Amino acid sequence: MSTMAKPKRFPLPSSLEVIAGTERTQAAYPYYMQFTREDDERFWFYNSMHFPAPMCVFDTITAEAAYCALGAANTRVHCLPTTLGIDYRIINGRIYIGGNAVTDPAEIARRTEEFKKRAFYYYANWERLFAQWKEKMMVLIRDAEKLRKVEIPEFEPLEHVHAGRGVASNHYLLDTYQKTLEGYYRMWQHHFEFLLLGYGAYLTFFDFCKKAFPEISDQTVARMVAGMQAEIFRPDDELRRLAKRAIEIGVDDKIREGCSPTDIIKSLEQLGDPGRAWLEELAVSRDPWFNINVGDGFYHNHRSWNDDLSMPFAALPGYIANIKAGQRIERPIEKLMAERKQLIEDYRELLNTDEERAAYDQMIELAHRVFPYVEGHKFYCEHWYTNLFFNKIREFGALLSTNGFFPDTEDVFHLTHFELEAAIVDLMTSWSNGSPPRGPSRWPALVEERKAAIAEWTKHDTAPALGPVPDVIDDPAIVMLWGITRDSLDAWLTAGDQPDSNEIKGFAASSGVAEGVARVVKSVDEIGRLRQGDILVCQVTNPSWAPIFQKIAAAVSDIGGSMSHAAIVAREFGLPAVVGTGRATQRIKDGQRIRVDGGRGLVTILQ
Amino acid sequence: MRSSENIRWFADITLQDRSAVGGKGGSLGELTRAGIAVPPGFVVRTGAFERFLAKLELEEPIRPRVESLRDDELEEITVLSQRVRARFENAALPQDLQSEILEAHAGLCGERPDSPLAVRSSATTEDAEDTSFAGLQDTFLWVMGAPATLKYVRSCWASLYSVPSIAYRRKHRIREDRVAMAVVVQQMVDARTAGVMFTRSPLTGDRSVITIEATWGLGSAVVSGEVTPDRFVIAKITGEISIRDISDKHIRHLPATHGGSGIDEVETPEEMRRLPSVSDDELAALRDLGRKIERHYGRPQDIEWAIDRNGKIFMLQSRPETVWSAKEAMPVARPAQDPHTHVMNIFGGRR
Repeated sequence: MSTMAKPKRFPLPSSLEVIAGTERTQAAYPYYMQFTREDDERFWFYNSMHFPAPMCVFDTITAEAAYCALGAANTRVHCLPTTLGIDYRIINGRIYIGGNAVTDPAEIARRTEEFKKRAFYYYANWERLFAQWKEKMMVLIRDAEKLRKVEIPEFEPLEHVHAGRGVASNHYLLDTYQKTLEGYYRMWQHHFEFLLLGYGAYLTFFDFCKKAFPEISDQTVARMVAGMQAEIFRPDDELRRLAKRAIEIGVDDKIREGCSPTDIIKSLEQLGDPGRAWLEELAVSRDPWFNINVGDGFYHNHRSWNDDLSMPFAALPGYIANIKAGQRIERPIEKLMAERKQLIEDYRELLNTDEERAAYDQMIELAHRVFPYVEGHKFYCEHWYTNLFFNKIREFGALLSTNGFFPDTEDVFHLTHFELEAAIVDLMTSWSNGSPPRGPSRWPALVEERKAAIAEWTKHDTAPALGPVPDVIDDPAIVMLWGITRDSLDAWLTAGDQPDSNEIKGFAASSGVAEGVARVVKSVDEIGRLRQGDILVCQVTNPSWAPIFQKIAAAVSDIGGSMSHAAIVAREFGLPAVVGTGRATQRIKDGQRIRVDGGRGLVTILQ
Repeated sequence: MRSSENIRWFADITLQDRSAVGGKGGSLGELTRAGIAVPPGFVVRTGAFERFLAKLELEEPIRPRVESLRDDELEEITVLSQRVRARFENAALPQDLQSEILEAHAGLCGERPDSPLAVRSSATTEDAEDTSFAGLQDTFLWVMGAPATLKYVRSCWASLYSVPSIAYRRKHRIREDRVAMAVVVQQMVDARTAGVMFTRSPLTGDRSVITIEATWGLGSAVVSGEVTPDRFVIAKITGEISIRDISDKHIRHLPATHGGSGIDEVETPEEMRRLPSVSDDELAALRDLGRKIERHYGRPQDIEWAIDRNGKIFMLQSRPETVWSAKEAMPVARPAQDPHTHVMNIFGGRR
């Protein structure tokens, strides 16, 4: 008899150890994010999709606000029948999450009745409610832009006194801070107002396709549903426009590869009228379309194009060269839409009966109606609003840094949002009573310690999942948003069995095979290293990276799904792409030759 | 070239002629007429077989003897098979029939009387849809010259009386007068690569993919199962290649090294064994052909193909896919009164 392999299991949360020397930073995370003994009873997984790196203590607000809003929508607003919200914990800077499934049939039935009254109303009135959503978001964005500048004068301005305002500037520090947080939490409420319903309608069609065509690829279904004109595509479209204008105005020779944005802008300013004309065009594009950050909106250090022009300026020379070479660089929207229509018709024809075709028509119609939200919301939420939010926090960072709380503006992100409020109150007090603030003797050492903890945590991997292995993953939110199924758990359980394999699996995002030199790009500062024909290997292929797709041969990412915007753009460029590999940036060394098979989701290290 | 009483050229054949030219002959004619590249050839119609059989039966009955056997009487079947096959292979052919075949052979070979040919059995039954006969009768590859061609036409006729053929017909109680043999004679593709193609997934029945199996040399190595072929799964509509299993193709079927009729099984050179036997461009071309043929027939197909040494692709056979087509598929979904209720498949917890 053969010996049975020991059943594989994930470690229990209680067996995870906080890495030595980082205990105090771990303790700085809010108490409700810490694992407890009871958590051993439940299944958790590392949310590497949204939180691929250890989180600074402030940045955990992104998880907190997002899950508060997601849970509210699922549990209380739309009353999803089989799931409540999502719990989140953090250890060694890594965020683990777990779903709260509803399993009692009577409770599912009760929630189903509620769900139909709510969700079906949303589907029936989708366009009107979505238009209203955009208005709400714009009000929220304008309100955030209108928040007071974070400053405290030495003396209260005379006009305030003469006007009898009766409220001094220190009060407005707290007021602005609280409004900043309030707006951010509210933004996430808006974010989830439609999201699960949108994904659900999309997945309904997806599920149908997988049953009717068991071997259809995820990306083909995504192509049938994806629109082409969502806001998230605009930043890249603007770059193409700016490249064209540079040639028309005759300043294209100033926008060269390898020059810093500052130098280019300086040389354009010195050029006089033509230079200024192009810079005016740039200003038009920047507001609002450069409010796109180079990540997915969960880390303060993923700066926007507006805050760091290196990404857009790295892409401009390539677009200019392509136009001069006679290429049409505008995205061929009509052609892409015609292709989508043809694809839908061709698959429709393969169905067995007219009955199936009628059901297919109903499902694709709903998927098309909901998808503009699924595609469009990110620009407003994760990008535009999130940039405003982090930059407002930076204003507090600058003020506290000036007052000796810590050396650098960015250090503010090493305080939790509760600690930051305390520091603000500390400064308010000090400003009011003339005593020195207490913060400067407290925070610098803590900030140093926490920076060191993040650096240490970054060196360590973390388990993909914790706790008992569930028999099935029946939580639609988990399946929908993270693509986690029983199969992926089995893959995690057996991962590491072949550590020497030179193959890395991911999601097939865009077909084609390409070989080339890997450029492992860990931050946006490094994109200047990419040369024509290189293969981009990065943590997240975010829509804001799309402009550099013109010069690479293929793209590989740690995080992302086959319906991500990056995948859509890669398909438009005809660029092989494998996303969601988990650890390509760790496994692949810069300069190695690799092969990317985008149709199979496979990356092979060749040397 | 003109068809005659016993000879029918591919260009003159449609699927409707299957009772006279067999399933294989019918499909080659149908493909030729649909503008698909098929190696040129003709069919020796069942009438020729019937005439020869009638001549043989004048001396000694054949069909009644076969019908008198039970499928489990293997010894008796074996004795009868040997005797009948020998008679088909040795008795004199009616002179005019022989001339007709030789004339067609000369027409097919043109200036190169030694052109290599394939001589393939193309059996018929009353039920022309019944393809389970396939593989029970013989096919002869790389046949050179008129005498060899005549010899193998007779061998094909004779193979209708092979032990497995007789046993199969007895088991299924098929009446002998409902069975006849046509023979396909066509130019041989000197295949660099050959294989089979299904216009649906043999694993899941998915009609949106095309499965291609390919190996170096002649396709007989794949059909006979002597080599594990390269395997590709291609999306029918988008052309994405989702599976690309390149196997170790240790042997190849190639024209006989002695330069005469027949094929040899030879070891594949080490450096070729693990290389893909078809290029991506060829896969794309095969997909287009598979789609075209499927559309022509209006149903999924099981296709044999070959690529010659110049890279030209030929279709060697197409027959309806039978396994999945026979299954009664439940509809994946039905239209709903309120289209929104479809989302309960996702939200309703039935996953």
